[in-house]
Amino acid sequence: MSLGHHHDGPAAVPADAHRPDGTRRALRIGLGGPVGSGKTATVAALCRALREELSLAVVTNDIYTREDAAFLLREAVLPPERITAVETGACPHTAIRDDISANLEAVEDLEDEVGPLDLILVESGGDNLTATFSKGLVDAQIFVIDVAGGDDIPRKGGPGVTTADLLVVNKTDLAPHVGSDLARMEADAKANRGELPVVLQSLRGERGVRDVADWVRERLAAWTA
Amino acid sequence: MSRAALLVLADGRFPAGGHAHSGGAEAAVKAGRITDAVSLEQFCRGRLHTSGAVAASLAAAAALGVDPRELDRAADARTPSPALRLVARRLGRQLVRAARATWPHPELDELAHQFPKGAHQPVALGTAARAAGLGPQDAAYCSLYEGVSGPATAVVRLLGLDPFDATAVLARLAPALDRAAQDAVEAGQRALSDGPEALPARSAPLLEIGAEAHAKWPVRLFAS
Ligand SMILES: Nc1nc2c(ncn2[C@@H]2O[C@H](COP(=O)(O)OP(=O)(O)OP(=O)(O)O)[C@@H](O)[C@H]2O)c(=O)[nH]1
Ligand SMILES: [Mg+2]
Repeated sequence: MSLGHHHDGPAAVPADAHRPDGTRRALRIGLGGPVGSGKTATVAALCRALREELSLAVVTNDIYTREDAAFLLREAVLPPERITAVETGACPHTAIRDDISANLEAVEDLEDEVGPLDLILVESGGDNLTATFSKGLVDAQIFVIDVAGGDDIPRKGGPGVTTADLLVVNKTDLAPHVGSDLARMEADAKANRGELPVVLQSLRGERGVRDVADWVRERLAAWTA
Repeated sequence: MSRAALLVLADGRFPAGGHAHSGGAEAAVKAGRITDAVSLEQFCRGRLHTSGAVAASLAAAAALGVDPRELDRAADARTPSPALRLVARRLGRQLVRAARATWPHPELDELAHQFPKGAHQPVALGTAARAAGLGPQDAAYCSLYEGVSGPATAVVRLLGLDPFDATAVLARLAPALDRAAQDAVEAGQRALSDGPEALPARSAPLLEIGAEAHAKWPVRLFAS
């Protein structure tokens, strides 16, 4: 990036790991996946699990409401100034992949305004199986599907299921009720993903978000190493 | 001047945030003022000759090298709605980000430095055009075309309007757009010689009022 005489202007290169003042910026993790799979619930649980040990903020991308941001505010998982909603103009995948400028502004403003942050979670609006985050916006991405959306989704694959850094199969508590075969979902997911990790979780269960929180801690350790 | 660079800047996929905005079309659809291709065309023509002409003149002036701070003040003075000012600055900031990555240039760095929360979008557009080696006419064309193609694309999504009909609307607007671009270049040249007061100050009250109401809707598809 250019190191002209301006040290306080925004960076020209969005994916740069440093802020204009030379300090390391926050790790950015994206959460994508189909509508209603449990992205916001996972974000809320992660905030509760990590907020004591890390400085956190959240960007939500709602499709036509501010429901996700409103839910996080209502649940008081973080102080309101740490939650920002981006509007996506009917195209959630555009805002996280093809034209990331509004999301980049949101993450940069959070870092400027609530200051030094370790981690920013960026939730995509619910979308289809091909919606993935640009590497210019996030450093790692989690794809959240659920057992009720059909147990053939891990087999069908698609960029989210196949390439996300972590695949979460959520709502395992519902598997008996919707007739989903968890063992098959896990085997199909692993077959499609090579070495990439898969977590099966129920936010209603006792373990809750623990495995995902551990994965986030590992990513953060690698980021700051 | 490069025709190919103009295509890059004018491309609807240029990643500068425009996709999330309807240019006032969502408010007009809700109010029943846009219902089909005919009313979309009337809406676009109205926009072209009012706020569109102002934006294109600002863009042309910026492309000619008129001081961006003066132009930004002139844009504020010509934008009564606080909601529209906010949108214009937000889009200006997003455009400067995209343009700095696309055509690195000290004038874009300077603009980002002077306006960390964004200059008005047409000012950013004119500066981006300079950085891309383009002229005032190119900047005016980009501004005018964006001003009508944004609503047309949005109406395809909002009303399920046939996309071929929406594109035909844009084609029918072409002669008017050519004339408006010429006018905008002349206005930009007057701003260069006589100062920004020489810029047109036409306005479309319904666009301003619609934007204020739209900004308060709890549920909407587009950011503006
Ligand atoms: N039974 C069960 N319900 C869950 C679980 N996780 C989330 N839910 C519920 O699933 C519903 C949708 O969850 P959200 O977190 O809003 O889903 P989302 O992916 O953010 O949805 P969109 O943002 O609309 O795409 C809510 O009613 C949650 O309470 C889980 O592990 N088990
Ligand atoms: Mg959600």
